[in-house]
Amino acid sequence: MARQAQERIAIMGDEAIALAVKQSNVDVIAAYPITPQTIIVERLSEYVANGELDAAFIQAESEHSALSICVGASLAGARVFTSTASQGLALMHEIVYATSSMRVPMVMAIANRSLNAPLNIHCEHGDVMPERDSGWVHLFATNVQEAYDLTFIAFKLSEHPDVQLPVSVNLDAFILTHSVEPLTPISDEDASKFLPPRQPLYSIDFDSPATFGTMALPDTYMEFKYQLKEAAEKAGQVYPEVAGEYARISGRRYWYFNSYMADDADAVVLVLGSTYGTLKVAARRLREGGLKVGVVGLTMFRPFPEKQLVELLKNAKSLIVMDRAYSYGGLGGPLYMEVLAMLYRNGLRIPVMNVVYGLGGRDFRLDEAEAVLKIALDGARRGRFDEHVRWWGVRA
Amino acid sequence: MSSQTIFYKTPKDLPREEWFASGHRLCAGCGAGIAARLIFKAIRGPTVVVNPTGCVEVSTSCYPYTAWKIPYVHVAFENAAAVASGVVEAIKILNKKRGRKLHDVIVFAGDGGTFDIGLQALSGALERGHNLLYICYDNEAYMNTGIQRSGATPIGAATTTSPAGKVIPGKQERKKDLIAIAVAHKIPYAATASISHPLDLVNKVRKALEIEGPKVLHVLAPCVPGWRYPPSETVRIARLAVETRYFPVYEVEYGRVKINIRVKEPKPLEEFLKAQGRFSHLFRPENAHVLEALKKAVEENWERLVKLEESGIAL
Repeated sequence: MARQAQERIAIMGDEAIALAVKQSNVDVIAAYPITPQTIIVERLSEYVANGELDAAFIQAESEHSALSICVGASLAGARVFTSTASQGLALMHEIVYATSSMRVPMVMAIANRSLNAPLNIHCEHGDVMPERDSGWVHLFATNVQEAYDLTFIAFKLSEHPDVQLPVSVNLDAFILTHSVEPLTPISDEDASKFLPPRQPLYSIDFDSPATFGTMALPDTYMEFKYQLKEAAEKAGQVYPEVAGEYARISGRRYWYFNSYMADDADAVVLVLGSTYGTLKVAARRLREGGLKVGVVGLTMFRPFPEKQLVELLKNAKSLIVMDRAYSYGGLGGPLYMEVLAMLYRNGLRIPVMNVVYGLGGRDFRLDEAEAVLKIALDGARRGRFDEHVRWWGVRA
Repeated sequence: MSSQTIFYKTPKDLPREEWFASGHRLCAGCGAGIAARLIFKAIRGPTVVVNPTGCVEVSTSCYPYTAWKIPYVHVAFENAAAVASGVVEAIKILNKKRGRKLHDVIVFAGDGGTFDIGLQALSGALERGHNLLYICYDNEAYMNTGIQRSGATPIGAATTTSPAGKVIPGKQERKKDLIAIAVAHKIPYAATASISHPLDLVNKVRKALEIEGPKVLHVLAPCVPGWRYPPSETVRIARLAVETRYFPVYEVEYGRVKINIRVKEPKPLEEFLKAQGRFSHLFRPENAHVLEALKKAVEENWERLVKLEESGIAL
């Protein structure tokens, strides 16, 4: 019953994703176990084994094959889900690019975890960043409710006729995957209305044979890639429409980012993932003390919501970009470099600093969030920062 | 299914339809092209082909052209068995949920994509038991990249990465036993075939399609530039491979071996070897030991198969 389903439950992030997938009329799930996403596929295999979900669950012999199975299944017309993290995503890398370039709709949950070496199973965004330029749509959840909601939005966006791209839903390792938080699910009925069984635009069909995954020589390859670029940008354009439709059934409206008092803030801190919540609490405290700080948590990282972000940041006097990943030998973290480029080409010449934090799951506490916001304010007051990049809390 | 099942008694019984169209870009005399043409004549209804990266892929699917009149999927080099697994299971569940038309799924992969880089994906697919037919066209090296050794290259053969050098005369390692690997997964059907014996080949394809579960077919497909012989010789050389016992034609049904082409009096292996440039260095006196090693490998393999067949033991 819809009303019953609207009641709040307590659930882990991984389980919330599994619940959303179960409610999404999914046909094929293929995955390989890896911490900390394993609970997602454990729950899904239970749903299938108990007859609660009418889908094929395939445990592959590697992540590379898991994603390859998903590509085959999606081309055959199925609604497809997989999930992975870290090394698993790195092993998928080759097929990640094939999936988007072949315009294969699917959804993948990524339990963002650091990459070996040293071996570490904890939170970092360094696993998804190598897939940044693949043409996938990358969405980031800041809490368990968002991880759940974004999964539905991801399927709808992925299969949108103007998009036809794979979508990843990123949730922070352990901080979200294994944390129990309150969740208000949508009813099965509403879910089914939002995501009726998939109607593929093209699929494998003997009566209408097509060749999928052709070779393209230099005379046509660029046109394939240009279409990928166009589709990725289109995903950004149709996203509000998809999110709006979801808002009508769920009452929860998603945008390109979450923002807390960023509109009139002197100093803004921009971040991906669950740290948004910590920063938000810290910002509220500082606001109580009259300090004009704001926080932005990017929901959509790819396509990059340049226009909306520029509009939001146009009055800021300083900006700190926090990265839970790094481009070794580069100018800083990947989000920082992107934002620098965005500000420059839009004529916003405010001081910007990069805080690299939390690699390999290192804690980032509330007092540290307050400290970062205060540094941002200091930058706004002085009109400059003393350094470009700070590795937060590192023993150098 | 009886192992005697014959679907096509003469070449005239084969359908006239060409699902693998002419106009592709394979070399003149390409063994893989002959294999593809024959194999896809033996489909029994709606069929999809999954083809990993390789000679056949680059020569048949260059945008905006295609040689495939049936649905065709290429994704990457090492994952054809996995992609096919997804196609099989998706069609199956969609058939159950929404009445989608069932399709046979055939993988058509080279030896590099099967013996080496695709072996893990193949093993996974066989273990999971998907209903698919995996066909390896074996030209015994990485021909698409310019004739490099693979796990399917026989001992002694010269390739560009196992050249006939003064110190190391060609490949020093034996060929992997693909059928033994496949059979170790306890699959219902595995077989070898040669393009020189087309009726045996097409009947095996059709027979395999009738069997539920994973099936593996290993087809010898000589390569003109890789084996170094004139394009007109492809079928003759493939036949010599069978007649010298170099490539035994047999099947393993539920673990039981049956030799389909009994070569009572084999031709000398030299007849097969001398027809090709890749073995020419084996006939220099200093390389006699390599020739002996190859002969020994061929003999051992035949004797092993005969014993397995006689014993009736299920592998």
